[in-house]
Amino acid sequence: MNQSLKLPSWSMWAIGFAAILFLIMCVITIRRNHGVKRSFFAMPYTLWMFIFTIVPIVLIGWYAFTDSATGTFTLNNFINFWDSNYTVNKMYEQMGPEYAVLITRGTVNIDILVYSLWMALGCTVICLLLGYPAALFMADKDIKLGSTIIVLFIIPMWMNFLLRTIAWMSLLEDQGLINSMLRFFGMDGVKLMYNDGAVLLGMVYNFLPFMVFPIYTTLNKMDGKLMEAAQDLGCNEIRTFLKVTLPLSLPGVISGITMVFMPSVTTFFISRILGGGHTMMFGDLIESMFLSANDWGVGSALSLVMMLLILISLGILRKADPEGEGGSIA
Amino acid sequence: MKRFLKKSYLTLILLFLYLPIAVLIFQSFNAGKSRAKWEGFSLRWYQALFQDEAIMKALYITIAVAIIAAIAATILGTLAAIGIYAMKKRSQATMMTLTNIPMTMPDIVTGISLMVLFTFSRIERGFVTMLFAHITFNTPYVILSVLPKLKQMNKHTYEAAVDLGATPTYALFHVILPEIREGVITGALLAFTLSLDDFIISYFTTSPMVQNLSTLIYSKARIGIEPTLNALSALMFLSLLFLLGIINRRTSRNVKKA
Repeated sequence: MNQSLKLPSWSMWAIGFAAILFLIMCVITIRRNHGVKRSFFAMPYTLWMFIFTIVPIVLIGWYAFTDSATGTFTLNNFINFWDSNYTVNKMYEQMGPEYAVLITRGTVNIDILVYSLWMALGCTVICLLLGYPAALFMADKDIKLGSTIIVLFIIPMWMNFLLRTIAWMSLLEDQGLINSMLRFFGMDGVKLMYNDGAVLLGMVYNFLPFMVFPIYTTLNKMDGKLMEAAQDLGCNEIRTFLKVTLPLSLPGVISGITMVFMPSVTTFFISRILGGGHTMMFGDLIESMFLSANDWGVGSALSLVMMLLILISLGILRKADPEGEGGSIA
Repeated sequence: MKRFLKKSYLTLILLFLYLPIAVLIFQSFNAGKSRAKWEGFSLRWYQALFQDEAIMKALYITIAVAIIAAIAATILGTLAAIGIYAMKKRSQATMMTLTNIPMTMPDIVTGISLMVLFTFSRIERGFVTMLFAHITFNTPYVILSVLPKLKQMNKHTYEAAVDLGATPTYALFHVILPEIREGVITGALLAFTLSLDDFIISYFTTSPMVQNLSTLIYSKARIGIEPTLNALSALMFLSLLFLLGIINRRTSRNVKKA
């Protein structure tokens, strides 16, 4: 695949033409709103989504299952994903039996996948442990915080996520705020950046609100009388929480877990900035396959694996929370 | 006592969320380049920011893309919502699935699949491709903010208007649109803000020659943070705060009305 293709002059015309055609279509649908059914209004959108959502996914699938050189059907990209030495091993195989000792399974991709899943799991657990009490207290009718507190939680999320992550850099650096303070009090500086902890911190920081909102929504909708009833019937506060509040808030918890877990697995950039690039996440791997290694086949295979992961977690979510009660921030 | 503990826990969490942002804004006024030392108040980084041609160009591109994408997504999405609402249950469900695909797909896959599409069709990545990508991920959000308004609407007003002699086009603009106006505007603002904030999808659908603020920040951050970036973050934060304020006032008004 030649990526340095220059824009042929006709493509600009094609885009312009398509745009005008598209506008005309919109105008016609509005004008003929009498003659045609109203549902035709969704036509431009359907067409747009077909071109820019369905076709790209099909293309990814196509690249994942074809050989980049010959264009024939192959599963090599997935085998390559499973064994990152696959291409080299094939070469050794062809060179003769004396080279067979050199054949080793490359686990780079699998290692990165496992590492990403592990980090995402860690991030999800920390977010749950930090976020559940926060949501619980936010929904607490005794404190009367109202909707202001939600707005306070939303505001940092609207800051560009790159800038938010970079902001942590200036806190954690060797010359950063935390280390300067430590030195000011006569202590030695600590190496805070460029390790798994820093990456985890960045992830928790970015995704914590995604855990808090769904839990808060379910807790807030809950009928406060249920808790009162439990207490009237002799439950103490802890038992009320365990037997009433917690089970009823499970849809929110599951929704929160998915909403934190999914972006955590797919994140890229955070590991590059706070991990110093020596750790790689699944998102970084996909990006490097497309932009540096230029191996679209394996990159597409990786994307499909990632989409599969997302679909599985969504499936779990649907099963646990069929009515979508957990709600979402969107 | 318990109340105090609960409140302090929430304060701690909020502190965690706001600390880095506060530090960034604070440092944007630092006269010195060092992040560790405070060398006095100065607006020099703000001045440097406005003289930085690359940043100004990126700002221009970001805003241009956000405005055009928001307008296009609003038109596309509003029409689609009206259409979807008029559909039968079955096709309605299909359309909602289509709408949900880009929202559930990880950003990185959306970005990469669009990049593959553009390269496959030999369209050079740049302003137009980034714009198309933004319209694509914005439109579902517009639909989702318009649809609830349509559901609240009285079904028979449109029919009544047509029966009373309004042309369908007239009825569309004078009966349906005013009813769903709130949803349309909220959707447009949401699309605009999402577009301003996007990094991952822009990163894959534009070329290094046409950068928006996010991709520019990304390429700069790899070299090292400059204090001008602090000033930029502070300004972006304040403008987003402003936008969010408007959206929030709108939605809370909607909630009250409903």
